[in-house]
Amino acid sequence: MSQIFHHSTNTLSRFSIFGGAFLAAGGLWLMLEITRSPYVTNAGVAKEQPVPFSHAHHVADVGIDCRYCHTSVEKSATAGIPPTRTCMNCHTQIWAQSPMLEPVRESLRTDKSIEWVKVNDLPDFVYFNHSAHVNKGVGCTTCHGRVDKMPLMWQEKSLQMEWCLDCHRAPEKYVRPKGEVFNVAWEAPKNQLEEGRKLVKEYKIRTRTSCSTCHR
Amino acid sequence: MASPAPQHHHHKRPDERTHQAEADRLIAPGHDFGTVTDTISKIVLQRQTPKGWWLGFAFGFCLLQLMLYAIGNLLFVGIGTWGVTIPVGWGFDIINFVWWIGIGHAGTLISAILLLLRQEWRTSINRFAEAMTLFAVACAGFYPIFHTGRPWIAFYWLLPYPNTMGLWPNFRSPLIWDVFAVTTYATVSALFWFVGLIPDLATLRDRAKSKPWKIVYGMAALGWRGSARHWHNYETAYLLLAGLATPLVVSVHTVVSFDFATGIVPGWHATIFPPYFVAGAIYAGFAMVLTLSIPLRKFYGLEDFITMKHLENMAKVMMATGLIVGYGYMMEAFFAWYSSNTYEEFMIKNRMFGPYALSYWALILCNVVAPNLLWIKNLRTNVTVLFLMSFVVSVGMWLERFVIIVTSLSRDYLPSSWGLYAGTHVDWAAFIGTIGLFITLLFLFVRFLPAISIFEMRTLVPAAEMPEEEEK
Repeated sequence: MSQIFHHSTNTLSRFSIFGGAFLAAGGLWLMLEITRSPYVTNAGVAKEQPVPFSHAHHVADVGIDCRYCHTSVEKSATAGIPPTRTCMNCHTQIWAQSPMLEPVRESLRTDKSIEWVKVNDLPDFVYFNHSAHVNKGVGCTTCHGRVDKMPLMWQEKSLQMEWCLDCHRAPEKYVRPKGEVFNVAWEAPKNQLEEGRKLVKEYKIRTRTSCSTCHR
Repeated sequence: MASPAPQHHHHKRPDERTHQAEADRLIAPGHDFGTVTDTISKIVLQRQTPKGWWLGFAFGFCLLQLMLYAIGNLLFVGIGTWGVTIPVGWGFDIINFVWWIGIGHAGTLISAILLLLRQEWRTSINRFAEAMTLFAVACAGFYPIFHTGRPWIAFYWLLPYPNTMGLWPNFRSPLIWDVFAVTTYATVSALFWFVGLIPDLATLRDRAKSKPWKIVYGMAALGWRGSARHWHNYETAYLLLAGLATPLVVSVHTVVSFDFATGIVPGWHATIFPPYFVAGAIYAGFAMVLTLSIPLRKFYGLEDFITMKHLENMAKVMMATGLIVGYGYMMEAFFAWYSSNTYEEFMIKNRMFGPYALSYWALILCNVVAPNLLWIKNLRTNVTVLFLMSFVVSVGMWLERFVIIVTSLSRDYLPSSWGLYAGTHVDWAAFIGTIGLFITLLFLFVRFLPAISIFEMRTLVPAAEMPEEEEK
């Protein structure tokens, strides 16, 4: 009886068994990577806006404090998007004729808000409160990154639940003195964990990881 | 030619064998290695597919379409299309899951425990009983996966893996133990089945007439040549797998029973649940093996291999486990009374005389009363009676899960939150659909793989006896 398979198929079959195992492991790894990549999270992707507003210019070059525009950040759940009039405090005087700012002037004329594109968009089933974080020593840049270096705004972090829990499980890793919350240039000291633990105690921060803390 | 059979394990002194009564024999007289191989392999290798096969396959395939409808309906409409709601949040999905998983247990018992106990009568029924296990687990798996409504995002609570939520499943929940128990069970059963098939796949490769089938069976046979080294490795692997599968016969349904027993619902929170569930599983499983083996031996003329002795032994196991299950029902009633717990007392009264009393008494009739007919030898050696009895037990075991789940949930601690439950047409479509899947897979199995282990049957023919072993 003639052989059905050539001798080389022995090697091929052994290779395919081990290859299959590697392929499965590699596929799993790829899946875990993709779910955390910007393709899924949008992290690091600058968004087009109706007016190309530059945080880099307004924060770093001009030196405006975060709260000048985001007025409700210390008092309410949302930080607040400034009304057109806040822009016009300056832009009636400088760059008043700039064509780039025409949508802003139009908004003022027609009394219709500029429709900014939301960059950091949490899912609707998550409850998030800016004031709770800001008043307990969580700095703006901890979540939003160095906005003073962003010409167009992008989402800095993944906003995935594991990212939230990273801090909620161990706030000492990120918490800073209350006076430094709005300092975009603040950098964590070398002994952050030690300092952080002190602040956690001082500010009475509790590791809130119950489901209903965020999913109300 | 076919590979030689392994000639150890199955040894019986000739005088013992000659004294066996006719009804006791495990293989009809007049068979040799060649006739065994021919009879079993020709079912697979025949060119013409019998008309009866097409009829049966078409029937199963039509029922399978109901599953397609049920899944489509569930995915497009949502979980509300099923009958489950508050207070009965567990309905057909878990009833059918437990029913199917239980059926699978007989296959593992036959292939693993009876192998280790050297019960020769397992030989002709183990192959299709294992196939039955695999297909039953596939049917069972459908329910936990699809009861999530959107299974493609449900993996994070089914399997522990580093997900983007930074969360692990709740390891204290028996539901996650269930995932491990069932996936282990499916994996070990599949391996055991496949390893057992290898020598027979080589026989099919050698006997196949057409080149494509030679290649297909040849690839599946993994280069089996039947050398002494091959047989040695095979025997070692098979025994190891049998050892791995043995605890699974007990553990899987024990874990399934924990789904209930760890809850504090009246009628669920009982220590008797694990053994009582395992006995029920083997009970239902042997009933299903009978349901399958009786038509199989008839239509393919395999009465020489699946003898009356086989059927009678299965009937005995079925009756014995049925009596254990009956004892379980008795103890449930006893505990309810002995506990002096108002809720437990109410639970058993509600089961017996409440809105689902009909189901309860039907279950007692099917599972406790009916199997006692098998005490009579004339009845348990009557093929028609056994075939009907196997259906009665299958229905009874389904009713058992229905009664346990629905009566306890529909009336628990708060009378203000009582409510009744019934499956919707989608529930029924899903259930009948999985039966269709089961039938379809079985017909494909019988057509393309040897339904009886050829090489193990060869060890039962008189020529396979080893004279030198007697002298020990």
